[in-house]
Amino acid sequence: MTPSGYFLEHLWLIPLFPLVTAALMLLIGRRLPRSAVSFFCVGSVFLSFVHAAGAVFQLLAVAPENRVYQQILFEWITPGAMPGPGGLVNFVADWGYLLDPLSCVMVLVVTGVGFLIHVYSIGYMGHEGGYYRFFGYMNLFMFSMLTLVLANNLLLLFVGWEGVGLCSYLLIGFYFLKKSAADAGKKAFIVNRIGDTGFLLGIFLIATTFGTVRFTSQMLSDPVAYAGILETLRAMVDQGRLAYGAPILTGIALLLFVGATGKSAQVPLYVWLPDAMEGPTPVSALIHAATMVTAGVYMVARMSAIYQLAPVAMDVVAIVGATTAIFAASMAVAQNDIKKVLAYSTISQLGYMFLALGVGAFSAGIFHLMTHSFFKALLFLGAGSVIHALSGEQDLRKMGGLWNTIPATSRPFLIATLAIAGIPPLAGFFSKDEILGHVFNRHNESLIMDRYLFLWAIGVVTAGITAFYMFRLFFQVFRGRSRVATELEEHIHESPKSMTVPLMILAFLSICGGWFALPVLWGENNTFGTFLEPALRGVKDEIGGVEVGHHTLFKEYLLMMASVGIATLGIWLAYRLYLQYPKLHSKVAAAWPRLHNLLINKYYVDEIYDALFVNRVKDLSTAFGVVDAKLIDGVGVDGAGWLARVISRISMWWDKWVIDGLVNLAGKITNGLSVPVRMFQTGVFSSYAVLILLGLAILLGYYGHHMHMIVRNLR
Amino acid sequence: MGLFHDHLLSVVLFTPLVGAMLLLFIPRDAQMLHRVVGNLFGVLGFLVSVPLVIHFPVGSNDYAFRETANWIPSIGAKYALGIDGITLLLVMLTTLLGMIAITSSWTAIHTRTKEYYILLLLLQTGMLGVFMSLDFFLFYVFWEVMLVPMYFLIGVWGSERRLYAAIKFFLYTLAGSVIMLLGILALYFNAAKVPGSVPTFDVPALLAAAQHFPDSLKVWLFWGFFFAFAIKVPMFPFHTWLPDAHTEAPTAGSVILAGVLLKMGTYGFLRFSLPLLPADAVLRAKIIHILILLSLIGIIYGAIVCLMQKDMKRLIAYSSVSHLGFCTLGIFALTPQGLSGSVLQQINHGISTGALFLLVGMLYERRHTRLISEFGGLATPMPNFAAIYLIITLSSLGMPILNGFIGEFTILQGAFVVNKAWAAWGTLGIVLGAAYLLWLYQRVMFGNVTHDVNKTLPDLSVREYAVLLPLVALAFWIGIYPKPFFAYIDKPVEKIVQQVNPKFYEQANRALPPAAPVVAPSAPASLEVK
Repeated sequence: MTPSGYFLEHLWLIPLFPLVTAALMLLIGRRLPRSAVSFFCVGSVFLSFVHAAGAVFQLLAVAPENRVYQQILFEWITPGAMPGPGGLVNFVADWGYLLDPLSCVMVLVVTGVGFLIHVYSIGYMGHEGGYYRFFGYMNLFMFSMLTLVLANNLLLLFVGWEGVGLCSYLLIGFYFLKKSAADAGKKAFIVNRIGDTGFLLGIFLIATTFGTVRFTSQMLSDPVAYAGILETLRAMVDQGRLAYGAPILTGIALLLFVGATGKSAQVPLYVWLPDAMEGPTPVSALIHAATMVTAGVYMVARMSAIYQLAPVAMDVVAIVGATTAIFAASMAVAQNDIKKVLAYSTISQLGYMFLALGVGAFSAGIFHLMTHSFFKALLFLGAGSVIHALSGEQDLRKMGGLWNTIPATSRPFLIATLAIAGIPPLAGFFSKDEILGHVFNRHNESLIMDRYLFLWAIGVVTAGITAFYMFRLFFQVFRGRSRVATELEEHIHESPKSMTVPLMILAFLSICGGWFALPVLWGENNTFGTFLEPALRGVKDEIGGVEVGHHTLFKEYLLMMASVGIATLGIWLAYRLYLQYPKLHSKVAAAWPRLHNLLINKYYVDEIYDALFVNRVKDLSTAFGVVDAKLIDGVGVDGAGWLARVISRISMWWDKWVIDGLVNLAGKITNGLSVPVRMFQTGVFSSYAVLILLGLAILLGYYGHHMHMIVRNLR
Repeated sequence: MGLFHDHLLSVVLFTPLVGAMLLLFIPRDAQMLHRVVGNLFGVLGFLVSVPLVIHFPVGSNDYAFRETANWIPSIGAKYALGIDGITLLLVMLTTLLGMIAITSSWTAIHTRTKEYYILLLLLQTGMLGVFMSLDFFLFYVFWEVMLVPMYFLIGVWGSERRLYAAIKFFLYTLAGSVIMLLGILALYFNAAKVPGSVPTFDVPALLAAAQHFPDSLKVWLFWGFFFAFAIKVPMFPFHTWLPDAHTEAPTAGSVILAGVLLKMGTYGFLRFSLPLLPADAVLRAKIIHILILLSLIGIIYGAIVCLMQKDMKRLIAYSSVSHLGFCTLGIFALTPQGLSGSVLQQINHGISTGALFLLVGMLYERRHTRLISEFGGLATPMPNFAAIYLIITLSSLGMPILNGFIGEFTILQGAFVVNKAWAAWGTLGIVLGAAYLLWLYQRVMFGNVTHDVNKTLPDLSVREYAVLLPLVALAFWIGIYPKPFFAYIDKPVEKIVQQVNPKFYEQANRALPPAAPVVAPSAPASLEVK
């Protein structure tokens, strides 16, 4: 039975609702009252959520292997022929949507959490200028993100990918009067673009390798005419034209991963995310925690069939993930801005997700993506509520003792903090434990140490650091004595219902969200993993499939105890340093000043990038400007002009002295010849008279002589 | 209708000229009348070109709307017009931008309005003639006709360094076109040597004859044409006239210069230069490599120079060097996608850069400066301007669902097929493009208003909307549904590739059996077992 029903057939409505309201806001929003703006913008996201939920239910109605629904709206880019795997193919990128278990999870997270954050924004942004603009951008973001997760091909995914990047740019720079905000937006965009170059090249390589960018031809009328990457890959593997570890697959996987490091803020392209905290807090919650930054994780999972055949790329993904996880966590320890702590925490948690993907635990990575979106959205929204209560204060050192002053914020915040710290039975515990378990299982037991054990150790240590910095934050904000500035103290107020109700719903999800995937060894079936399995199966089970170490219940408990133990240790440390002996942490910092400085300054990575790249490009720009003015124009163009003038001078000289010279010479010769003649041409009448007389005399003499002779002869 | 229909191209070609002639008879101090007549013929010029789109036989790879008449029979020069899908798009771009350029001058020009509109209309006819001519002699005449009005537009209505810029532009372009004239003559006389042939300047006939020339001759011919086109595009290192000309020209001049005039070069490359490539594979590869290298240098160099520019127009001018680098990259990749992308990108560049120059022109009219440092925070007094400027910026930097992305993506894919490194270097231009355009946007639009005069700048007027919105609409159209545009270029491009790179289509058809049916789900894969 193939999936069908109203909601599936109207899949295209899911991204369209927010697009329509976004266009409405950006065109005429300025003239609408705030209530109308909230009604349209939040309402459209709610409609998307309802349609998404309906579509998921209709998909669930069929057997697991048939849970794919695909619709092609129109042919989008049709640039002509290109070489494909079987000779020339006409390259076509559709505008089409795909709903399978993987996009089900994403679309529910995006619309669900997105809706809650939209509701929250009504309260949070209530007193801000540009209300319509904010919601317009937020809706535009929802459209882009939904296009990203519902796209049926890589190129349309890229549309969403760039679209969310644009909205991120616009929303980070929402307070565009602030230079730091505008700078941060620009930085985010450009750093993402650097990653995108890899992504684009990856798309090209996929297109030339498989002749298509469509993910799958499943559930399309004609699987040959509408080829899919998955099916083509399977056929090529069957024919032996591609094999496990083929360089071209590794190339594709690595290039796509470059894109993922940009969007999902991994080493070395994570630098934009902490700066992105310049945006309004709901933006940080929606874009920079719950949805957009997970796009890289989603994309890698979407291309899992290729990654499973590219072991080198998988190792790179795992190593980059683990490195980012611990590196970002260490930076979170020393931050004093509440949102910056959460930003580094997000980077670190995304590292966990990539670690999971890198060891082949795709569903575990997506599971952590989901639980993380619950508790991290909650943490950001909670932080926003705190900032709201303190009239804009973000410095942890100027907070404290808010536990009972703003209870509707502080209680959910504690739940989220426990969830991210990995305390059972909250959501974060199950997802993080599943990842660590998978990493550990890849470990070859005959060796004392191998890279998987090392990665696992990094993961566990990071879990400890995470618990530490999160409780450091929690204690500094909510417990201890109040360090709030006295003039702010009297204004402290609980946030309105529109803000606190989403907090409570997210708190509920942070508690229960993990129960979808209870460990198999507990005698439960991992519902979440089983649901996702058809979408992440890859092309062949046997090749490169993840070897799974045999795992006993005892070892499972041991691993759990290790991670819970180290989390507890982190919490205890935070308690000692920040609550029990509040002076102690400055002493610790003073004891290791260099380390402390390094962490405070975030390892000087921004400065290093500026020195190595940003300033060098600027220098190059100045240098090229000089090349244009001095070399190309100065030597080339002006040189040509100079040459023309020189030639013109030479030809002038030639004309004057050679050509004209010859003419003159001829004249001179004539002239010279005329000298004796001229001697007589004096112009003096008297001399002429003398000459005339002289001539006459000669003539007369001559003729006279002749006459004489003639006459004589006659005689 | 019959007469009109049979001479559609002539009508489109000479409508602006008629307008120019009419203006001659209007007294020189009747400025308003100049404007009215100029605008009337600008709009009319576009309207009469619309039937071309309606009646064009989509999917044909031959020239349509052909008109032929004897002109100078003694040398075989003819009045021959015709357009294919590629030139159709370029002609439409010309008539549209011509109309927009004329409309945009309403308040900008106050001196010598009569001459101004005459020259703009004359320029229009010149440009259309270049795209429509199917006779080399006619082509050359129009090519030179274009040059003169542009020279005067820059030299008379330009800003401070207008004379320098105008002379540089004129001499530079003329130098190139003289070499091209030699090329045309060489082509003409060598083709006439073939026994049994009649002397002709017919473009398809001469290019077909050139296929039988020895390679040594073809190489000479190729480089002869190359200089004219490379200067016009302009390719690195022949680009330095462009920033000067763009910066000094009045707004309408910049729009036409960037939007249409530069396309003469790329059009020349794909129509005339490609068939002159030598047949010998090694020699050809050498030439192609040089041209690709120059294109890539243009992309990256142009983009990097943009970063440090202080003058908005100069920045946009350099961005043209970068964008046109993409166009030539696509052409010399010699693949259908490269060429299609290149043609589309030529249109896109006309739209985006044309609009950018219009926007800067609007700021110039308000403040009489183009220095970036004189602005800042304009988003506050001019929110609508900010919105449109943002869309155009995004279109120029290749944001998906806007036009630039489609062109850049297609070009890079076409290049990638031939050589992965070409595409990789090309993507660098995309990163830099985002950097300089967004930085420019930030410095002009964001932040607090830094100069008090800017606090009261009026937002867009109705006329300014009318000028900008068609371009914005086109940007979205090409970005979301480019299929009709590709449909026009597909066949002509295929024809070119078949002619100049037949190997592309000869690629062995490595048969791939139909994709295996979807595998039935097996037992839960090992992945999830824990």
